[in-house]
Amino acid sequence: MRGSLAAAYAWLDERFDLGALVEFARHKRVPVHRGSVFYYAGGVTAFLFLLQVGTGILLLMYYRVGTDASYESVRYITTKVPFGWLMRSVHSWGANLMVLFVLLHMLSVLFMKAYRKPRELTWLTGCALLGLSMAFGFSGYLLPWNELAYFATKVGTDIVGQVPLVGHWLLRLVRGGDEVTGATLSRFFGLHVAILPALLTSLMGVHLLFVQTQGMAGADRAKKTMAFFPNFLLRDAIFWLVVLNAVCALAVFFPWELGKKADALASAPTGIKPEWYFLSQYQFLKVLPGRIGPVAGELVGIAVIGAAGLVFALVPFWERLVPEGRRDRAVELFGWVSLAVLGAMTAWGYLS
Amino acid sequence: MNRKAFLNLAMGAGAAGFMGSMFYPVLRFLLPAEQTEAEPDILKVGSVADFADGFSKILKFGRSPVIVIRDLKGGFHALNATCTHLDCIVQYKKDEDLILCACHNGKYDLSGKNISGPPPRPLERYEVKVQGTDVLVFRKPA
Repeated sequence: MRGSLAAAYAWLDERFDLGALVEFARHKRVPVHRGSVFYYAGGVTAFLFLLQVGTGILLLMYYRVGTDASYESVRYITTKVPFGWLMRSVHSWGANLMVLFVLLHMLSVLFMKAYRKPRELTWLTGCALLGLSMAFGFSGYLLPWNELAYFATKVGTDIVGQVPLVGHWLLRLVRGGDEVTGATLSRFFGLHVAILPALLTSLMGVHLLFVQTQGMAGADRAKKTMAFFPNFLLRDAIFWLVVLNAVCALAVFFPWELGKKADALASAPTGIKPEWYFLSQYQFLKVLPGRIGPVAGELVGIAVIGAAGLVFALVPFWERLVPEGRRDRAVELFGWVSLAVLGAMTAWGYLS
Repeated sequence: MNRKAFLNLAMGAGAAGFMGSMFYPVLRFLLPAEQTEAEPDILKVGSVADFADGFSKILKFGRSPVIVIRDLKGGFHALNATCTHLDCIVQYKKDEDLILCACHNGKYDLSGKNISGPPPRPLERYEVKVQGTDVLVFRKPA
């Protein structure tokens, strides 16, 4: 066995110069310090994306799109298909954990200041990947065509419609009409299974290329390092197994509910809330008054949320305006304040 | 303008035209055609006996949903059921005798006036008439 593997490696090496790749991976070093555990968040995110692709493909074998088929097909998957409940719940929990790990990964990069020159583009591609992950969550949320999804989509797409000048045009583009209907469902399905996977895979490729080309931030200054291959990668694989077990345990003990079928003539149910990663924005829009001066409150809220996102994405550029001696402290303060505000608004949204 | 600048301009204009002719059909394809849907002026929502005091019903009135409410004193109200905040469908809260949008906790009184929470505008009102035993809603705002 070992001999045939070595022969296969030699055969490939002769044609594709694998030795150079292995040598490159071996030279990559990972800093070892008390915050090293956060380095695994990026790998876990990539693993969760693969898990989403795998379970998503399996769900596609039974899922049918349409207002008279989507809800019924998801109900069929969860009640009749062997292990269908498991696949759907793993897909739903995996989506939530993927967003969680993207956020963890980004926060660790922010607090370690790993976005600094020459890694500004790596940070920006990471921000775009966070946006794509949330778009994945939002588009996938509608696909079971249940009550919660219907209203979440009505609200989310109406926010798009608030954009000055082109809002109505964008709303029709996203919804496939003026209202959330089967046309919206078809668009979200296409977005979720074709457009977003293509975009996310390409962008993740670029992001990883940047990481491989530039190496890990601080590896050249660290007192202690470990080899990326195989030491770090094997430890990463252990984390993947832990996360896989956690997702499966969540799916088994807290299976994802299907709820009631969407009905365009039903009132929004009392206590309706979005997924946790949209809760802070939801709560913010909820507490704003109808009008702030001459402007609609929701418009102000959407502008503030957009501006906050932009400030976060542009950290590598605005931090240079802070005098060098106070720069680290300013970014850390920004990080902790953002975390506190997001955490407090999320908790408020959850409890109210 | 020299020959090189002219050629650059011509090439640029050609490339822009080519890109436009490629992407315009795609964009138009993605934008749905305007649907013309009948907008009736009158809607029969049921008979008076269907509406006990404190009962409400949501029906489609042309392209919009309408909520028809019989309040606790027996009066009828008909309003556009789409919340003016972010497009959710409202509900009648019998215990508080008001209209609630559960999405962001917006509240309206029975005349449709926004009284608390984030809704920026009142709900559009329709006229309700009882003719014989039938309850009718008229599009003309009350």
